[in-house]
Amino acid sequence: MSKLKLITDGFIKNNPTFVLVLGMCPTLATTTSAMNGLEMGLATLFVLILSNMAISLIAPIVPDKVHIPVYIVVIATFVTVLQLLMQAYLPSVYQTLGLFIPLIVVNCIVLGRAEAFANKNSVIDSALDGIGIGLGFTLSLTVIGIVREILGSGSIFGWKFIPGDGILAFVMAPGAFMVLGYLMVLFNKIAKKN
Amino acid sequence: MEYIIIIVSAIFVNNILLSQFLGICPFLGVSNKLSTATGMSGAVCFVITLATVVTYLLNKYLLLPFGLEFLQTIAFILVIAALVQMVEIVLKKISPSLYQALGIFLPLITTNCAVLGVAITVVTKEFTFGDASHMLNLGQAVVYAIATSLGYGLAMILFAGLREHLAMNDVPKSFKGLPIALITVSIMAMAFLGFSGIV
Amino acid sequence: MAATSSLKNMALCLTGVCLICAAILGGVYALTYQPIQDAAKKALVASIAEVLPEGGNLSDAQSAEGIDEYYVSAADTTVLAYAVKSTTVGFGGPLTVMVGVLPDGTVYNTSVLAHSETPGLGAKCNSDENFMSQWKGFGPEKILKVKKDGGDVDAITASTITSRAYTAAVEQAVNFVKSLNKQEE
Repeated sequence: MSKLKLITDGFIKNNPTFVLVLGMCPTLATTTSAMNGLEMGLATLFVLILSNMAISLIAPIVPDKVHIPVYIVVIATFVTVLQLLMQAYLPSVYQTLGLFIPLIVVNCIVLGRAEAFANKNSVIDSALDGIGIGLGFTLSLTVIGIVREILGSGSIFGWKFIPGDGILAFVMAPGAFMVLGYLMVLFNKIAKKN
Repeated sequence: MEYIIIIVSAIFVNNILLSQFLGICPFLGVSNKLSTATGMSGAVCFVITLATVVTYLLNKYLLLPFGLEFLQTIAFILVIAALVQMVEIVLKKISPSLYQALGIFLPLITTNCAVLGVAITVVTKEFTFGDASHMLNLGQAVVYAIATSLGYGLAMILFAGLREHLAMNDVPKSFKGLPIALITVSIMAMAFLGFSGIV
Repeated sequence: MAATSSLKNMALCLTGVCLICAAILGGVYALTYQPIQDAAKKALVASIAEVLPEGGNLSDAQSAEGIDEYYVSAADTTVLAYAVKSTTVGFGGPLTVMVGVLPDGTVYNTSVLAHSETPGLGAKCNSDENFMSQWKGFGPEKILKVKKDGGDVDAITASTITSRAYTAAVEQAVNFVKSLNKQEE
């Protein structure tokens, strides 16, 4: 029960996008289509699991005063590893997500989970927390991507079902803010009913 | 001429908040009040400019000659974190009044992706001037950093002004707080779209 | 539970963490170096194959004035086509296009190598069916300008600047092939 709860918490109770409101930059910038949102979510998931595990391992030996720099170095290392792996094996995805891969370093979700969870829990629990939060993030990004892609390009995961151009504003910046705003309203409504 | 293009494009056309989505978290976090928004903008402006100069030089004279570009992310974030700490210490000693104004925002800036975003953009992206495009030189990089942070401040202060009014209005319950704020930003971003194509 | 923050502990810890991280990064960099090079090469080869008619042996990259580089595809001594890599400036930055040109100046096909155009607008130069398919067999009798400027190229909706840049890249490539022909005559 408790292990499973660690994962499911990330979906609703601690949903990083709609409840914790963390990591807004990639959430808004990379969700121009469902696929991009999904890929960005998975990239963050990768870093989150590894950094959570590493930090829960080293936390007991890190002196308090330097814990932030140490965590940042650890996170930046995993992000760079991810950058290199993506350049080697998924070059086209790397090109689409561009600047937002290195910016995972400053994604407050990763450092936030390190501070709030990983540094006082076991390695396995931290990994599960990483999976939960990462999947919650991926899910939110994909949903935002789906809504923006349907409205903006008339397609879903690249499969076009409405001919024509769609509402361009939804692919561009204003649509990102608006879709996130309305989805948050929807989430508030549903979460409150529960 | 190139400087004017950089300034106009960084402040209005490619506004860092409203079209590049960098630094959104502090933007939503501290824009409740006009006074805190102004303080944050000032601190960001200061750190972005300083960080851009240092990371630009670091990249040019240390990382590139040794073929270590892949260390950009990790090196830049360390420089920024160290820089923020240093600014905090120096400011405390030299100008306590400025420290009072900016102090509480400084620690937040390390995780403001606008700083790292600008630092990486400056050393990796080619900029367009008329029919040519090339990497920025140091002078242009500094101008770009200052203009970008001015754009950050502009959007932040405008939004804080709107938000102070929003707080007094009667909005539906589920829209309270962030949702209505995001929808307001969306309308602002739409207005800024009108600038696209002027350079 | 954390260790005490004495100067010795802090220095030791930071140094240790940095050393381990540097070792990991160095290792991954060495491991991925070859695959990254291969991936870049594969993308280039794929884009050349896409814009050229089948058959023929491909030459090595050759450089020339006005374009980035070009490749010649030939069967025996007859030139079948040229693949020309051409860069112009689009809306968001440089736009690099691989253009396949037949010896008579007809465009065989084009493909985007790198761009930084706006998603949903200029970025459609890489996905818009109508825009991309018009280049197949774009004859030398047609004018290489967007319709707004009095030419024969259908621009992408709401992305005239990107369409102009793309057209200019194709024009550079075609003009280059024409100048090659002139030299041979």
